[in-house]
Amino acid sequence: MSTQPLLSVRHLTTEFHLADKQVARALEDVSFDVMPGQTIGLVGESGCGKTTTLMSVMRLLPANGRITSGNVYFRGNDLLTLREYEMRLHRWKDMAIIFQGAMNALNPVIKIGDQIREAILLHDLMDHDAADYRVDELLELVGIPRARRGQYPHQYSGGMRQRAMIAMALACSPSLLFADEPTTALDVMIQAQVLELLKEIQKKLGLAIVLVTHDLGVVAEMCDSVVVMYGGKVAEYGSAELVYNQPQHPYTQRLLESFPDLNRSTDPSAGSGQDLATIPGTPPRLNALPPGCRFSPRCYKSVEICTQIAPNLVDMATPGSGARHLAACHLLNGTEIEDL
Amino acid sequence: MNENWTLFMRNLRDFWRAFRRNKLGLLGGFLVLTAIIVAVCAPLLTPYAPTDVIRDANGRGMTFAPPSVHGPLGTDDAGRDIWSQLVYGARISLTVGFLAGFIAMFVGSLLGTLAGYFGGRVDNLLMRITDVLLVIPDLPLMLVLVATLRQMDLHISPLAVLIAVIGLLYWTSTARLIRSQVLTIKERQFVDRARAIGAGHAHIVRKHILPQIMPLIVANTVLVLSIAILVESGLAFLGLGDPTKPSWGTMLNFAFDRSAVANGAWWFYLPPGFAIVWVTLGCVLLGNVLEEMLNPRLTAHHLEGDQNMIAIPKQRVE
Repeated sequence: MSTQPLLSVRHLTTEFHLADKQVARALEDVSFDVMPGQTIGLVGESGCGKTTTLMSVMRLLPANGRITSGNVYFRGNDLLTLREYEMRLHRWKDMAIIFQGAMNALNPVIKIGDQIREAILLHDLMDHDAADYRVDELLELVGIPRARRGQYPHQYSGGMRQRAMIAMALACSPSLLFADEPTTALDVMIQAQVLELLKEIQKKLGLAIVLVTHDLGVVAEMCDSVVVMYGGKVAEYGSAELVYNQPQHPYTQRLLESFPDLNRSTDPSAGSGQDLATIPGTPPRLNALPPGCRFSPRCYKSVEICTQIAPNLVDMATPGSGARHLAACHLLNGTEIEDL
Repeated sequence: MNENWTLFMRNLRDFWRAFRRNKLGLLGGFLVLTAIIVAVCAPLLTPYAPTDVIRDANGRGMTFAPPSVHGPLGTDDAGRDIWSQLVYGARISLTVGFLAGFIAMFVGSLLGTLAGYFGGRVDNLLMRITDVLLVIPDLPLMLVLVATLRQMDLHISPLAVLIAVIGLLYWTSTARLIRSQVLTIKERQFVDRARAIGAGHAHIVRKHILPQIMPLIVANTVLVLSIAILVESGLAFLGLGDPTKPSWGTMLNFAFDRSAVANGAWWFYLPPGFAIVWVTLGCVLLGNVLEEMLNPRLTAHHLEGDQNMIAIPKQRVE
């Protein structure tokens, strides 16, 4: 961990202004690092701020969203201090995003090839022939036959659309790729293909990926480190290995338990045919957050202090191991951290 | 480029195939087209110039002569041929109507797009202006405006004043229509995606929003044209036309001024009236049919597949 992080998000707080002067705090004090070439997973239930995190970093929040504090450093430059036109130069050139649901992210009345070319021409000065050549290159990279570049999105299958989105994302050779639930709405076979493709491309091009998902299996397979989010805050953050094998936060523990695990069901002592664990309730509404720990109303370990004071992140890694494993829970006895 | 051209031609062919089946649309197209052809070919269709006085054997002007071999539609109070006036009047009426209609469309589309796309304060301001224009009675406002502008000695032709006033007052409904459509398109995710790839507002509007509202603009233009022609006729009838360049409205004005009704000269006032109905009816029929074909909200077509939202209805599945 001696190299400089590619992206480092620090104390990011984002609010949405709702009707009736209400304010929903969608993100609070979110911090994490993305190293070059690394894959980091953002996990959590729906409405926990995963997508908002991506949109805040790219500064693509809807009109009622505001980043109220924090910093987003990309290669050491704070993106939040840039003017809009400067930010536009960073988008796609440095960081690209694959949206949730490729169908909607593609313009239905423009040919796929032209949409990819659009991204290229917005950033790189080149003539149309050169751009066309690049489009062919990209399509080949994601395994779409060249002949289909002249087709419209509705003529593509779901998996191909997602691959076209990936091709578009790679158009300007970004060093950072955000993938916002890239596999939702795809069937399992295609999901595997798309993830395989992402991995392959990452290996080939050496880009860093921020993967938003609620599929923990995907995280286990793809990610180097994991940020578990709950109610707009970081609940647990550490290397994928540590978070998986020694989950510290009750939320992470329950989340992991609520996914089927092949190893667990074959263990005779645990008893096969056991029901999967569930977490009762739903994530808090962001304009009516509970006092104290946001998970406390649903937490089976909740004690009095949990409903009063919000816990800070503490480091649970073995001291001296050099690794970091942060979790925010009152019941943990970790090392206080200065700053991430 | 070539590929786009063939695609365009194919779309055009598909469009024609669907259009051909619609009898009302065909009728509307016919009415509008004949009017345009008559206006363009005016000198070929008229035996006299509109200002020529037809004289009898004694060299006296034939005033209020009924339709005869001398003039297919008779003559007016000064012995001038009505048919010639009608044909040349088409030029004036259509020119004023078309130019004013296009100005209205342009202003309406521009303001509607701005209001819909930027929203917030811009939207609020533009829509309040629209509201104000909508509640002011058009006719008195136009009368005052045209009369005032005439008085100001601006060295602009009276027709240009008419065009400007009509064009700058009749964009409100268009603006609202375009705004509502832009509002829905703006929320689609591909607009977010366009922002994410680093596109600016101009690029997004040009590449992603305008192509989607273009069909709506085309259909609406035809409807606005008919309104512009009607309004022009109304103003000209009230004496605000250019007497040296008589439109159909001006002809009606002359007819009433020179007591054509009292003289029983129906051939003086009926033809311009019919001509106005001919063109406006044509525009309305054509506009309605185009709107039906191009506006996704009015067709059941978009329920079949979400992709061809604005494409021209077609049965072909690729």
